[in-house]
Amino acid sequence: MINLFEVVETNEMITKENLDVRTITMGIGLLDCIDSDLNKCKQNIYHKIYDAAKDLVRTGEEIAREFGIPIVNKRISVTPISLIGGAACKSIEDFASLAETLDQVAHQVGVNFIGGYSALVSKGMTPADELLIRSIPLALARTERVCSSVNLGSTKTGINMDAVKLMGQIVKQTAEYTKDQDSLGCAKLVVFCNAPDDNPFMAGAFHGVTEADKIINVGVSGPGVVKTALSKVRGENFEVLCETIKKTAFKVTRVGQLVAQEASARLGVPFGIVDLSLAPTPAIGDSVADILCEIGLEYAGAPGTTAALALLNDQVKKGGVMASSYVGGLSGAFIPVSEDQGMIHAVETGALTLEKLEAMTCVCSVGLDMIAVPGDTKETTISGIIADEMAIGMVNQKTTAVRIIPVIGKGVGETVEFGGLLGYAPIMPVNQFSCEGFVNRGGRIPAPIHSFKN
Amino acid sequence: MNKTIITVVGKDTVGIIAKVCTYLAQNQINILDISQTIVQGFFNMMMIVDTNGMDKHFGEMADELKLLGENIGVDIKCQKEEIFDKMHRI
Repeated sequence: MINLFEVVETNEMITKENLDVRTITMGIGLLDCIDSDLNKCKQNIYHKIYDAAKDLVRTGEEIAREFGIPIVNKRISVTPISLIGGAACKSIEDFASLAETLDQVAHQVGVNFIGGYSALVSKGMTPADELLIRSIPLALARTERVCSSVNLGSTKTGINMDAVKLMGQIVKQTAEYTKDQDSLGCAKLVVFCNAPDDNPFMAGAFHGVTEADKIINVGVSGPGVVKTALSKVRGENFEVLCETIKKTAFKVTRVGQLVAQEASARLGVPFGIVDLSLAPTPAIGDSVADILCEIGLEYAGAPGTTAALALLNDQVKKGGVMASSYVGGLSGAFIPVSEDQGMIHAVETGALTLEKLEAMTCVCSVGLDMIAVPGDTKETTISGIIADEMAIGMVNQKTTAVRIIPVIGKGVGETVEFGGLLGYAPIMPVNQFSCEGFVNRGGRIPAPIHSFKN
Repeated sequence: MNKTIITVVGKDTVGIIAKVCTYLAQNQINILDISQTIVQGFFNMMMIVDTNGMDKHFGEMADELKLLGENIGVDIKCQKEEIFDKMHRI
């Protein structure tokens, strides 16, 4: 039988170390909503999502209450809208109106984000894909809760450089369209290489076409729990360090598995996956950077950071995989700048640069995340940064992403405040040398060779 | 069997267990196990109870126990057993 010590340990994780379930995300397939009549298509989408998710928030709250574990977000992901709207949408306005429908239904069912305003263009763009991409700035400016993502490359297909070039322009345009809110639109827009079909985390969640009609995916969290556990083994060798992370990750993931199974049973929707990511928040003590410091670095970004992060990421997976029957999504440590107090501090101190962040993304999920850069950063430079990150994902057969925010009207040294879970960020300097000649070539980077791996 | 873990944490005072147990008895909640310690003057108790015979909803019980706790200056939490079981048992 459970003893007092175990009960106290669990409850301290929840009350003092910010253990929570970060999100229950319901994936909803919209392929059966396709119609050549735009209004009919919108009605289909609205009703399908409403019927599937009307009890999602209430069920999440009930589970949180009964088990005493906070479930921070209840969200929805849908089939990439470029596939759903292709038959009905003939203009940017048409596509943006679909985003408004998604926003309305998100408000109606009470979820805080809905993901899937997306296009998958890793090899080429259909006219519908391109229209959707060009509608992103308008869609994100007109909606509050819609998140957008674009898959630009994969290990199997290479990188679609035409789309990379276009996304440089779209990111900049999205920043312009939402400049009154410190370019907030870009915080809801992410580009991927090797995007997973079952990611529960925003802004990159969408419901892949290989998925069932409806599915429940859960994202766990718990950087604070790992940090506290590591503070008890200071000075011990790597074996002890790794074992401690593994055991902690196991415990954290078991909570996610329990919540996922309960949500699945109560909603009558199959359980998909638990995403093992360590997801930080701006709350003090809920930081991945703080874990790196606990491992022995003065600040995140100091020499040794990439190795420490690689170790952390791998042990979290090793502990988490056994704790859950199905693991998927992004599964790794997140290193967003604005959403992690320790990362913000490291940037402010000068310990952490964009280039070091790029190196760190080679060994963890997901990529350059929530990075604020000067508003006058050139479109081609943004495309260049995206291309670099896509290349890391393509060659290393992993998911990488870029969520970068050129804050219009602000420069290096200033700070941008997004609020809530999105946090705040110091604006980071960007390498000023040009990559225009590279980005403007057009075409695709071919898929990499899968042997001779050095 | 429908097991719930009730934890009571707070400053030690006379009658904490009596008041909680009275409430449980009035609501047909059966106590399976109790353990309790006092650390630095702080009362720390865990009860494993079976709520099968209870007529109320879980949330109602949790709210009423929380209120009862506030009246005697302690924090009372109700959680279904599975969260602890999942975390600490393979």
